[in-house]
Amino acid sequence: MSEANPPSNDGQRFDRLPETAADREVPGRPTREEVLAWWDERFGVDRSILEPYTFLEKGAGKVWIYRGEATDPCRIEALGMTFLRTRQEHWKPTTRAVSRFGRHASRNVIELEPAEAARFVAGEDQPIDRWDGDWGYLIAAHELAGGREPIGVGLYLHGELRSRVPKGSRTDVGQLDRAE
Amino acid sequence: MNPLERYLPLVDDEDAFLAACDRPLPSVVRTNPIAATPERVRRAFDEEGIDHEPVDWHDGLFRLPSGSPGTNWPYVHGWIHGQEEVSTLPGLALDAQPGDRVLDACAAPGSKTTQIAADMDDRGTLVANDNNLGRLSALRHNAERLGVTNVAVTNQDARNLSLRPFPFDAFDRALVDVPCSCEGTCRKNPDVLDEWTLDHVEAIAGVGKGILTRAVQATRPGGVVVFSTCTFAPEENEAVLQHVLESEPCELEAFDLPLHTEPGITAWDGETFDDAMRRAHRVYPHHNDTGGFFCAKLRVTDDGTAADSGSERIGEVTAE
Repeated sequence: MSEANPPSNDGQRFDRLPETAADREVPGRPTREEVLAWWDERFGVDRSILEPYTFLEKGAGKVWIYRGEATDPCRIEALGMTFLRTRQEHWKPTTRAVSRFGRHASRNVIELEPAEAARFVAGEDQPIDRWDGDWGYLIAAHELAGGREPIGVGLYLHGELRSRVPKGSRTDVGQLDRAE
Repeated sequence: MNPLERYLPLVDDEDAFLAACDRPLPSVVRTNPIAATPERVRRAFDEEGIDHEPVDWHDGLFRLPSGSPGTNWPYVHGWIHGQEEVSTLPGLALDAQPGDRVLDACAAPGSKTTQIAADMDDRGTLVANDNNLGRLSALRHNAERLGVTNVAVTNQDARNLSLRPFPFDAFDRALVDVPCSCEGTCRKNPDVLDEWTLDHVEAIAGVGKGILTRAVQATRPGGVVVFSTCTFAPEENEAVLQHVLESEPCELEAFDLPLHTEPGITAWDGETFDDAMRRAHRVYPHHNDTGGFFCAKLRVTDDGTAADSGSERIGEVTAE
């Protein structure tokens, strides 16, 4: 192997994200600065919310969020939770990231009515024509027990909200709504 | 033979004990304080028309008389987690604090892990280890659903746990909730009584000794190790503690639990145990209408055996 080759991403271990582009050694790896800026720009999540956390890559483009100590690099099963899918044109937050941090969002949050929320969490796509904001990945939320609560990630295109709730997390809460 | 009969000499009311073991347990959920308060969970249950009853000794627990906790909004949002009442006791005994370094040696499927993470306010380092990769995937699912970010998941044999992935030499606290013969869960899973053998009890007690020994070695002097099981078998409880009291620098510490318990025992089957064993807690099903449980708290006393410190640190990931 030539010494001129840059290091590449090792999908079997956790590597801390570089602080800025100037610190980047692995091509294509997102930087901490880009991650903080993206959440701020896309969802209005203030940088101070995410400041205490460490961001790592394990698996190509898969960014994890962790609040603890570990060696760098680190070969273990998991550090914190999966947070963001990068190394693609449109970055996509994970359902769990939205569930954990979406309450701090002030932009690109679509509030769903009870029946819409039930369809969304069951994994169904549905037409919603009242949305006049950005297309792309949105945080779907609803009203529950005195506050707005994020449900997951939706992809909004051409008047349709496509549920991106992963198969293993889809839930039929519909009966409860029908019983109202 | 019903293995529960061997414990009748230990209980105050044999008939009540056997009758309680024969009754099914209600569904119980624990509030996940990372995501919601008990008050908000209660309000959501009311809005959703979900029957719920309080548990008088823990305001974050709810009994759900008519239902599976898996199909409602509070569950979807990670506000609640299905967890038997007695299973919250070791977390209470451990009393983990924000910023601590904590080991959960046999962590899957993560009910106690996620409870500890919440006690830490999701800050500090919580190493969740299990030797079973399949059960670790359940743990990861639960930890993500409940929004836990301070957990580091490892897949090791806890008897030889290495701290190499971490830039520190010892934990502040450790939970050792070992594999056991699980008689205490017979109200949820009566099969455990049919599958019971003394050979298994003796074999698994040996594993427990190995795991508890390593956890004490990996905890700093002054640190706390909580040992728990869901069995009544003294071979798996007091005898395991006796082994580490004799071989490792640690002592049993008195502590309170918020429900009716009985002290650990000092004699069984011709064997005698340290008087300090009375500082451990035995939980019998008929006293609080719960599962059966055992819980003890050890304090590490001096710098006996060094923790594994041979790691090569390429760098550190520190949050604060």
